[in-house]
Amino acid sequence: MADLTTNFLGISSPNPFWLASAPPTDKEYNVRRAFEAGWGGVVWKTLGEAGPPVVNVNGPRYGAIYGADRRLLGLNNIELITDRPLEVNLEEMARVKADYPDRALIASIMVPCEEAAWKAILPRVAETGADGIELNFGCPHGMSERGMGSAVGQVPEYIEMVTRWCKQYYDRPVIVKLTPNITDVRKPAAAARNGGADAVSLINTINSITTVNLDTMSPEPSIDGKGSHGGYCGPAVKPIALSMVSEIARAQETAGMPISGIGGVTTWRDAAEFMALGCGNVQVCTAAMTYGFKVVQEMIAGLSQWMDEKGYESTSDFVGMAVPNVTDWQYLNLNYVAKAKISQDDCIKCGRCYAACEDTSHQAIAMSEGRVFEVIDEECVACNLCVDVCPVENCITMVQMQPGEVDPRTGETVQPDYANWTMHPNNPAAQAAE
Amino acid sequence: MAKGQMASGIVAGRLSADVLAENFSDLHPPYAPHEAAVAADRCYFCHDAPCVTACPTSIDIPLFIRQIQTGHPAGAARTIFDQNILGGMCARVCPTETLCEEACVRETAEGKPVEIGRLQRYATDTVMAAGVHPFTRAEPTGKTVAVVGAGPAGLACAHRLAMLGHDVVIHEARAKSGGLNEFGIAAYKSTQNFAEAEVRWLLQIGGITIETDSALGRGLTLSGLRDAYDAVFLSIGLTGVNALRAEGADKDGVRDAVDFIADLRQAGDLAALPVGRNVVVIGGGMTAVDAAVQSKLLGAENVTIAYRRDQDAMGASRFERDLATSKGVRIMTNVQPVALHGNGAVREIELEYTSSEGGSLKPTGETVRLAADQVYKAIGQTLENAPDGLNLDGGKIAVSDTGRTSVTGVWAGGDCASGGDDLTVTAVAEGRDAAMDIHNSLMG
Ligand SMILES: Cc1cc2nc3c(=O)[nH]c(=O)nc-3n(C[C@H](O)[C@H](O)[C@H](O)COP(=O)(O)OP(=O)(O)OC[C@H]3O[C@@H](n4cnc5c(N)ncnc54)[C@H](O)[C@@H]3O)c2cc1C
Ligand SMILES: Cc1cc2nc3c(=O)[nH]c(=O)nc-3n(C[C@H](O)[C@H](O)[C@H](O)COP(=O)(O)O)c2cc1C
Ligand code: SF4
Repeated sequence: MADLTTNFLGISSPNPFWLASAPPTDKEYNVRRAFEAGWGGVVWKTLGEAGPPVVNVNGPRYGAIYGADRRLLGLNNIELITDRPLEVNLEEMARVKADYPDRALIASIMVPCEEAAWKAILPRVAETGADGIELNFGCPHGMSERGMGSAVGQVPEYIEMVTRWCKQYYDRPVIVKLTPNITDVRKPAAAARNGGADAVSLINTINSITTVNLDTMSPEPSIDGKGSHGGYCGPAVKPIALSMVSEIARAQETAGMPISGIGGVTTWRDAAEFMALGCGNVQVCTAAMTYGFKVVQEMIAGLSQWMDEKGYESTSDFVGMAVPNVTDWQYLNLNYVAKAKISQDDCIKCGRCYAACEDTSHQAIAMSEGRVFEVIDEECVACNLCVDVCPVENCITMVQMQPGEVDPRTGETVQPDYANWTMHPNNPAAQAAE
Repeated sequence: MAKGQMASGIVAGRLSADVLAENFSDLHPPYAPHEAAVAADRCYFCHDAPCVTACPTSIDIPLFIRQIQTGHPAGAARTIFDQNILGGMCARVCPTETLCEEACVRETAEGKPVEIGRLQRYATDTVMAAGVHPFTRAEPTGKTVAVVGAGPAGLACAHRLAMLGHDVVIHEARAKSGGLNEFGIAAYKSTQNFAEAEVRWLLQIGGITIETDSALGRGLTLSGLRDAYDAVFLSIGLTGVNALRAEGADKDGVRDAVDFIADLRQAGDLAALPVGRNVVVIGGGMTAVDAAVQSKLLGAENVTIAYRRDQDAMGASRFERDLATSKGVRIMTNVQPVALHGNGAVREIELEYTSSEGGSLKPTGETVRLAADQVYKAIGQTLENAPDGLNLDGGKIAVSDTGRTSVTGVWAGGDCASGGDDLTVTAVAEGRDAAMDIHNSLMG
């Protein structure tokens, strides 16, 4: 069995699965049970300043988006940071860390954007023995109205400034947690690096309204007839998170910076994908909230089995392996030609591919007597829509044409060499290939 | 002379080879990957899942189904085998409708449970078909254990002991191991010699020697085994059968259902296996259903199960009763045999109606005669030749929760031991748990 022990910023954990800062990590009781269930580390629910804690709404704080069979695909929340006193959290963190020295315990912090506030809390966090801190610059609701959370995360200068304070007053690793509610995620990541951050983690939740109740005309979750936007997370946000992670992994200013991947991690495969795009580990919230702590067992078993199959001995063997393959559109090989192919043995004759292609794509699927669906190579642009809408996995596949074959759509011979848009004759700015 | 189903008497070749092959194909055919994905998707990953509680071997069902969902059937198989090394056979033979699937919350919600048994088969087949044995032995302990009987209880016990580093010798009375997996389970549940292949796969762990044609009571004695080994596990099943108390019960054509089934399971060519035109099976359990259904599938024209109490009292589950009737078997309840008629060989069976109101069985005096050229007795198996000196409980070897008998150093499990249902999966659980207790006591 592959060894899942992961070293992230010098912090060792028995596996790369950490619970993200959120209700699952809100208290000692939860965290102990999470560690017993097998989680490698936790980022404690975000701490605020000393003094009276924040208060939460007393009605529903979550909304949901479902897939077929009421499978939870997206969760939205309007919860704030921890609503328990700082002292209580700190005591609990110290106790848990002492009892679980092999697990990672990170303190998430959100205090006002003033040096004094950070200077005050950091030594207290250090005393708990926590392995590091995570700066919550991501919470998109409530706290942002008070000038914290994503209100800071959206201003790179603030990120850099606060990170610098943290590096000055705290001597263990500092992770900056980024908000996705921003146009170019590379900017806050670079600011974090400039401020001296050891790593970034992303994504926090995305501004969202999940549903509107059409009887009461209130957004959900509704508090006494009114709703406020919340933060979206769960499987639905994974593609957004993966893209943001990849941008940071390959941008010059941030390349090589350790990343903790967050957003929709639900299975071992999701985790492996984040890690292939450069994340040293992953953090999980919604999957645990949907299925309980035990869900980590599948992640652990699955990741180690996959690593065994691939011959990876340690997680660092494959971290970042997909990064060189993320490129700009302009560098994609335009000489790569494929055609959709429908396996008649697997086809159940639902006709969804036909409807999709005929109505909204390239009229490249023929329907004949007996509901037989076949691809018309003369029309197929290989867009993949039929593959995506087909209910049967691997029934429709994309088959690459080999160099020398003639593409019946264009009448042109498939070329063996690589050629992209920067070299294309239709591109006014094209440079001739050497 | 009439041929095929209409041929009178007990004859072979009532159906063509093609029809027989079709009749005896998989009762629950294996899933294709797409079917497995759709079926697995239905699992809710329940907390403290009721299906796990309902499984005698406590397989972590939600976890293994999630592993199928996430594209790792081999990992799923590992989760299954961790708890139940005969998970492949159990996937085929467990009455899931009264075990895990009955407890499934989707049975409550929609009357359609997640098809746990078939998913289990999908996972275990993946690994077994590849010939992969996912366990290795611990360092040798130098301890030796004798297991008596190579049925599911004995095999599960032996495997666990071997895995823990002990050396195991299994003494098996028959020429072939597997117990009722090999000789009893209905042919359409264990197709393509699965029982034999499973034993071979299980033995890949190493450290287990099977001595066939080696029986306790035939040369071997319990005290001899106790002297020669550090511990003894008895898993000898129930080899005796109850006698039929009806006039003429000794006529030709009257047989124990288990013998008929054993012949059927060992038959190289089903077309060569004789079966009556009119078959009557006495009993109401799984064995009765299996004998009746397989007679019908062999081509008997009329097959009747005659049971002395009402439907609800039958040992066979609702699913099995429906299976029997769907194959054309007639189930008569509240009738008991009083006489078998015929000159040498049985020709007719005379049944008397009973009333079981209020629990006690009373004959009504009214009788009915059915044509019968074959009568199968499926009225229960009993423990035969239990070694002397062991306390019994209800006709079985008395054991503790972990299989300890009244004699030090001797454990027992499976059908021959007290407690638990007489099911393959229960035998596996008892064999495994006894192995753990033997290990703890040997390593002390
Ligand atoms: C016809 C029939 C159909 C069944 N169908 C199902 C089903 O579909 N699903 C299900 O879950 N259960 C079914 N069962 C029950 C199931 O087969 C048994 O519960 C299970 O096999 C018990 O396992 P065991 O190891 O205790 O005994 P067995 O399987 O009976 O194995 C006992 C072994 O010990 C050997 N042995 C006996 N005496 C001695 C001796 N003195 N010395 C050495 N060896 C000895 C025997 O030859 C045999 O190999 C069925 C039973 C029958 C009879
Ligand atoms: C109810 C809830 C509360 C959260 N609270 C916090 C928080 O206090 N601090 C924080 O950094 N992130 C918080 N998050 C965001 C999560 O840590 C995580 O970034 C996000 O949910 C995306 O991961 P997921 O898709 O695995 O849920 C919260 C999320 C949820 C659902
Ligand atoms: S999960 Fe349900 S029961 Fe538990 S606190 Fe929330 S609303 Fe209440």
